[in-house]
Amino acid sequence: MEHTTINIKLKVWKQANTQSKGYFESYDVPGISTEMSFLEMFDVLNERLIAEGKEPIAFDHDCREGICGMCSMYINGKPHGPWEGTTTCQLHMRAFKDGDIIVVEPWRAAAFPVIKDLMVDRGAFDRIIQAGGYISVNTGNAVDGNALPIEKEKADNAFAAAACIGCGACVAACKNSSAMLFVSAKVSHLALLPQGAPERKQRVMNMIAQMDKEGFGACTNTGACEAACPKEISITNIARLNAEYLSASLTTA
Amino acid sequence: MTWKQMFTSSVGKKLVMGFTGIFLVLFLIVHVGLNACIWAMDNGVMFNKAAHFMGANVVPRILEIGLFAGFFLHIIQGYMLEMQNRKARGTAYAVSYGNKGSKWYSRSMALLGTLLLLFLIFHIKHFWVPSRITGLEPMLIDGKEYHNLYGEMLVVFENPVIVAFYVISCISLAYHLAHGFQSAFRTIGINNPKYTTLLESVGYGFSIIVPLAFAMMPISMHLGWVN
Amino acid sequence: MLDAKIPAGPLDQKWTKYKGTVKLVNPANKRKLEIIVVGTGLAGASAAASLGELGYKVKAFCFQDSPRRAHSIAAQGGINAAKNYQNDGDSVYRLFYDTIKGGDYRAREANVHRLAEVSTNIIDQCVAQGVPFAREYGGLLSNRSFGGTQVQRTFYAAGQTGQQLLIGAYQALERQVALGNVKMYTRHEMLDVVTIDGKARGIIARDLVSGQLERHFGHAVLLCSGGYGNVFYLSTNAMGSNVTAAWKAHKKGAAFANPCFTQIHPTCIPVTGDHQSKLTLMSESLRNDGRIWVPKKQGDNRKPGDIPEDERDYYLERRYPAFGNLVPRDVASRAAKERCDAGYGVGSSKQAVYLDYAAAIERYGKTEAGKRGLGSASHDEIIAMGKEVVKEKYGNLFDMYEKITGENPYEMPMRIYPAVHYTMGGLWVDYELMTTVPGLYALGEANFSDHGANRLGASALMQGLADGYFVIPYTVGNYLADEIRTANIPTDHPAFVEAEKAVADRIAKLKGINGKQTVESFHKRLGKIMWDKCGMARNKEGLEWAIQEIRKLKAEFWSDVRVPGEINEMNPELDKANRVADFIELGELMCLDALQREESCGGHFREEHQTEDGEALRHDDKFMYVSAWELNGESNWTLHKEELNYEVVKPSQRSYK
Repeated sequence: MEHTTINIKLKVWKQANTQSKGYFESYDVPGISTEMSFLEMFDVLNERLIAEGKEPIAFDHDCREGICGMCSMYINGKPHGPWEGTTTCQLHMRAFKDGDIIVVEPWRAAAFPVIKDLMVDRGAFDRIIQAGGYISVNTGNAVDGNALPIEKEKADNAFAAAACIGCGACVAACKNSSAMLFVSAKVSHLALLPQGAPERKQRVMNMIAQMDKEGFGACTNTGACEAACPKEISITNIARLNAEYLSASLTTA
Repeated sequence: MTWKQMFTSSVGKKLVMGFTGIFLVLFLIVHVGLNACIWAMDNGVMFNKAAHFMGANVVPRILEIGLFAGFFLHIIQGYMLEMQNRKARGTAYAVSYGNKGSKWYSRSMALLGTLLLLFLIFHIKHFWVPSRITGLEPMLIDGKEYHNLYGEMLVVFENPVIVAFYVISCISLAYHLAHGFQSAFRTIGINNPKYTTLLESVGYGFSIIVPLAFAMMPISMHLGWVN
Repeated sequence: MLDAKIPAGPLDQKWTKYKGTVKLVNPANKRKLEIIVVGTGLAGASAAASLGELGYKVKAFCFQDSPRRAHSIAAQGGINAAKNYQNDGDSVYRLFYDTIKGGDYRAREANVHRLAEVSTNIIDQCVAQGVPFAREYGGLLSNRSFGGTQVQRTFYAAGQTGQQLLIGAYQALERQVALGNVKMYTRHEMLDVVTIDGKARGIIARDLVSGQLERHFGHAVLLCSGGYGNVFYLSTNAMGSNVTAAWKAHKKGAAFANPCFTQIHPTCIPVTGDHQSKLTLMSESLRNDGRIWVPKKQGDNRKPGDIPEDERDYYLERRYPAFGNLVPRDVASRAAKERCDAGYGVGSSKQAVYLDYAAAIERYGKTEAGKRGLGSASHDEIIAMGKEVVKEKYGNLFDMYEKITGENPYEMPMRIYPAVHYTMGGLWVDYELMTTVPGLYALGEANFSDHGANRLGASALMQGLADGYFVIPYTVGNYLADEIRTANIPTDHPAFVEAEKAVADRIAKLKGINGKQTVESFHKRLGKIMWDKCGMARNKEGLEWAIQEIRKLKAEFWSDVRVPGEINEMNPELDKANRVADFIELGELMCLDALQREESCGGHFREEHQTEDGEALRHDDKFMYVSAWELNGESNWTLHKEELNYEVVKPSQRSYK
């Protein structure tokens, strides 16, 4: 691949901790190879900052292959940056050109407080799963894996919903900071499978209750979440969640 | 789950928005149908008869209470959701996601709704109040006295400012419906792609045809295209 | 000599007999017993969830922001199980045998047999949890084949099997959190094991958000902290994957086994420059259809499309006609390195070989044309149809390649190069997964036990879940049954105070050096030494040199590293400094182990020990043992051996020709 070297300017959100007030800091970042990943560009900048005796920029990242869901930058007004179906760690500098000014912000949601700079606390997602995002089966309870045939289409749809990596881009993208895409992906994954049927009603009601408790907004079906989702989870799941909720709330005491 | 719990969760509130929204869509169908009678070219005879039926028959009167309740719930709930949703953001972004991920009107339902609320207030003042409360000039059709709502329309729409206001409001309605129609069905749980895509198309069609028909009414009257 | 405490009796009866006679803890006592689980990948999450279900009080720790991020999530291919759903002759014995053979006869028979036995339960458990495995139209589970086996026993969920299995275990874990049986500590890093009277009794952990040190008591401590591939700096591991938990255990007396056994995966996207922070794996499944080649001419700078067929060297097909492009990982990796070292590498770095899909596209295109009855299809039409088929099978991998490299793999061959992927070595454990420190266990990739000198594809997920779901719930009870009279030890016990102070002192020391070089730069230098001298091929001279270099690097690190920020705040650089300091020490032990093991086996290739045509040469007479290293002091280790007795399998030289 032909690669070039570009000079860019970064405007990055800096915030010492949850309590303190944040601000934007500008950095000139010259000599960036277009073959670098976006996070490698941050590595290069951080190395320089440390060498200059300055504070590096804190950001979440781990697997750097687009699956762990840890990276979380809001880049030039889009969660995970300009490429479709891509996490920040898989975004490469080829997406930018010489002289670009790139604004990088943390996920913004009252339910995702900033921990430091670009890192946010997504513990709310874990608590939503705790509220019912599972099938209650103790180790050793299981019957043979093939004892329960599952319609391929349903299995495929369940898989598509289960592909969610819990990164929170949907919340970051939504004008209401709604977590509906995340919650609906889990509700759909488990509701589509026969194994999930016994807890189906309680699951959706409890997960929604927890979602509300965490302070996420409501869904207005704008579709921004779907457009920002690095795993391209469909908002059809949200409609399915609504149906699950409606039927659960009408048929339980 | 109690009824209260059911309708006070975020999804429950949206269900209220969805169901009332669909109810209001049905109302629009009736409304536009009745109003289309102005184009009967009979000097308002058919229109006034229809309006009389709506005002005098007990069924529409009961439905009218439902309609007011629907409007009330839709408006109050809408504002409450908007407030709750704004609070969920916390700090605002410096660069907005904007139209890269969604249509502007889908994000502007509260604004469009507010324009429609303003319109509704004037609209009630223009026609509903005189028709139901303060009274209108009578018109004799086949020896029977009818409220001349048609005449009132001709009077009101003489004013070009009001006509412009109505047309702008119809545009707001169009965009409100363009998102609201299909969104309402998603909210109440329609999730089979076969139906959601159908509802999307029907929704776009509805949001163009109905507001266009409404907008043509003041224009027709102002420009004297009727009679 | 180490005692693995393998139960007596015939191999296929050992586990059954063990389970039937193992000591139990009654439910009332379980509630009083606390277990600490460090790491929440497949092994950790499944162990924490299963132990919580049994009624133990569990505390689980992970350094990520959620247990769901653990790097098990990145496993693509699948998970093996001896279900024999395909009716193709699979059995527990065959899975056992393939794993032993694939591991080049350096794994413990009893452990591997147990692994094969419980493999079937894993699939059942995961299906019950709602893991969306791939299915056939009849609604039953689908299987694919994988390297090193002749049966189809790999269960998968598209290219995200690890993710789906981890989410299953994570959900089971979160359920136990909700039930109050497990307390979850995210963004916490274990920085020491606390031992009292020779037994593991707790840990010192650092809250990575506040920087505060915490003391946690446990009747037993389970390390499920993964492998140490990041000692090479560049690997397919996650950025945060580290050896620290295991290394602290090693420093507290746990022996470290076979540290030099590392797996280099042949199909990764090559390095593009000094900025490279990690390497991305392209699933092994690509070798099913792709052909690997380099130009026949050294330093050939032509574009791949301009190199005619007769000037291409399909070196795997040439050297290994029987297995061709499907030779095991270690063999494929070494062959790529051999070609590149000899000057036939491609791409700007010359450290890459081509993985070519042109032939597969044409082959699939022709088949497709036949299926559709288009006998007269033109060449272009055939290619277009072939691309469609390839897209359906490998589309997500091809997309990933294009995102990273900017090249379209449908049009030109992919460039690949081997990269560090997995570490077979780890903490030495006995049959019960207990390390040499009583009460301290190691599960999953953190231990050494099941893969010998080379791991087969789709076996890592199997082992992690086997250990967590089906082994530890039995074996930990055997230890805890004797601990029911041990009351909770308050954390103001001198051993906790002392351990915390040692950790605090080390952190203060790291921060206080205030030198000139960044943590990252040391890590890169360590990685280069390890890759060059203790990577795909090793020799005596190089290893001796590496040991000296690492010692120098260690001295330099402790006198010139710069850690910015403060101790009592979120400080990722400080976290990294703690980890890199441990990697440096581990690097030395790996080289020492590689130097001591004067043979080639699996992922360990000593250049002095190869056959005439360059294949690995094992010395079963001298090295049929596990090397377990005990730390005595700085750079001072004692080697303990665990003899490997093959009662059932007859070791033979592997051949793929």
